Amino acid sequence: MHSNTYIFIYSSVLVIIVAAILSFTAIQLQPIQSHNIKIEKMQNILNSANIENNVKDAEELYNKYIKSAIAVNSNGEILNVENAFSIDIPLEYKKKESERQLPLFICVKDNGDTNIIVPLRGKGLWGPIWGYIALKNDYNTIEGAIFDHKGETPGLGAEIDTKSFQAQFTNKQIYDETGVFTSIKLVKGGANKDDMHGVDAISGGTITSDGVTHMLKDNLSLYSSYFEKEKNLKQ
Amino acid sequence: MESLFNLFVKSIFIDNMIFAYFLGMCSYLAVSKTVKTSFGLGIAVTFVLLITVPVNWLLDNYMLKAGALSWLGDDFKGVDLSFLSFIMFIAVIAAIVQLVEMVIEKYSPPLYNALGIFLPLIAVNCAILGGALFMQEREYQTISEATVYAAGSGIGWFLAIISIAAIREKISYSNIPPALRGLGITFIITGLMAIAFMSFMGIKL
Amino acid sequence: MSSDNIKLLKNPFNLSNPITVQVLGICSALAVTVQMKPALIMALSVTIVTGFSNLIISLLRNTIPSRIRIIVQLVVIAALVIIVDQLLKAYVYDVSKKLSVFVGLIITNCILMGRLEAFAMSNKPIPSFIDGIGNGIGYGLILVLVAFLRELFGSGKIYGYQVVPQFLYDLGYENNGLMILPPMALIIIGIIIWVQRSYNPNLIEK
Repeated sequence: MHSNTYIFIYSSVLVIIVAAILSFTAIQLQPIQSHNIKIEKMQNILNSANIENNVKDAEELYNKYIKSAIAVNSNGEILNVENAFSIDIPLEYKKKESERQLPLFICVKDNGDTNIIVPLRGKGLWGPIWGYIALKNDYNTIEGAIFDHKGETPGLGAEIDTKSFQAQFTNKQIYDETGVFTSIKLVKGGANKDDMHGVDAISGGTITSDGVTHMLKDNLSLYSSYFEKEKNLKQ
Repeated sequence: MESLFNLFVKSIFIDNMIFAYFLGMCSYLAVSKTVKTSFGLGIAVTFVLLITVPVNWLLDNYMLKAGALSWLGDDFKGVDLSFLSFIMFIAVIAAIVQLVEMVIEKYSPPLYNALGIFLPLIAVNCAILGGALFMQEREYQTISEATVYAAGSGIGWFLAIISIAAIREKISYSNIPPALRGLGITFIITGLMAIAFMSFMGIKL
Repeated sequence: MSSDNIKLLKNPFNLSNPITVQVLGICSALAVTVQMKPALIMALSVTIVTGFSNLIISLLRNTIPSRIRIIVQLVVIAALVIIVDQLLKAYVYDVSKKLSVFVGLIITNCILMGRLEAFAMSNKPIPSFIDGIGNGIGYGLILVLVAFLRELFGSGKIYGYQVVPQFLYDLGYENNGLMILPPMALIIIGIIIWVQRSYNPNLIEK
């Protein structure tokens, strides 16, 4: 039988050794991990604007095509933010709508087209869902969109991260003919073909689909005063 | 309030620990031979989940998360200890289980006799650690959400083990192919029950 | 390698398979068997953790105070799992996202505690290490087999590559959506057990 002192010393030594090893690994691997997260974000942004990329060339392409990253507030004023790329979207999402910093990314393609890329965040069935949506420079027509999720049901809600689902968004519009903000709806049972503001929902993934609809509406509506200002400037 | 109720129902039926995530399978398979012992284990799991998840929530939000230590002062704002969360969670769980065991032994011997043998098992029950990890992953905003989630998950686990135990008591009289007896048929029945539970997904919450 | 060690390594593949015979460690793993890639990585992670935790605990076995035995074991396991998790996050980021909390759940995988208690606490380091690796592989085999069946029938792919040819779909073949859902993992394991026990009648429960 071991004495209490022995047990105490034993456990202290164990804890110190383990803590040292773990901190060492964590610190060593930290840069690689944050690099992965950064690359993933860049890939997401590029994908939403339909720019082909892979893990290796994502950073280079990002620097080439994304001309600027700015942040606005819900009144449409441009905020003075040093690095809009590193704005923590989940953190902003928790704040009040009027206090959020809303990042957006301006992408200029080889053919001179400008895309405005907006990050999205919302709630699915099990947990958070997020995405990026790229608008053409009329601030209305969608160039492309990508979505991702933490743990939606495989085969059902998780289908939001597939190309075939995301491709539906291209060329839809977020404002109607009279210029009223309408967002995009996921329509259960299939959207009408000439519906400019609707895409097919995921069959069997109703809650996730509703989550995407809400996410689009909530996030885009925050940007809409900025969009309107920009549109007025152009005319 | 409404969302808490939704979360409660969701974690019992849709997000069921056993049927959707296979958590706590080992003890679920090993202990579910009779309804009586399953009842004891089910209660013990619910009880421990109900204590550990909120405690781990506090730990996660005031110690481990990136920026969680900011209450100590601005110097600690950038500290991110989340790589320690596994070890902290399991240590908290093991300590609480030990503590609960001692408290019950002292103050309620009948309860100790009923639950006592299960408590040491629970420290390594995946459902308990799973509860803590899902709580972290799903980013529950308030401690009440975390508690409700824990209660729901516990009850869901309890329901699952009670029902499989009842079925297993009955099927001991059935004529099952010998190679399928015991473990094999239990797996298949659990699978069928899980399919039945999936129909709860249709509930609109 | 001596014949004893080979036996230690090989037994868990079939006759004392951790999942189908010892009934250990079903908990954390089945949810990752929708596709083969995460299942393989999971199997590899578990094998590494079982091997090294067995080795470390066996080295320490004479010094561990019996009263805090379980905690010491948990701390060693948890530390190993954290290291594996950090490595996954750094080097196979996309898979680590899919595995999410299930890497953490390796800690409470009953195989680990089961093998530590049953083997490493009373055996020398080398056999313990081999026993751990063997059990990890035995566990991984089942995992990969289940994942293979689910991916093949559920999405027509193997390891992410399309194998069911397009003309079959044109003829009206459809992927079985049920295979992707959690319950099928349980049913497949039930069937694997059935097959295994039909071949090894001495495993049949009375």
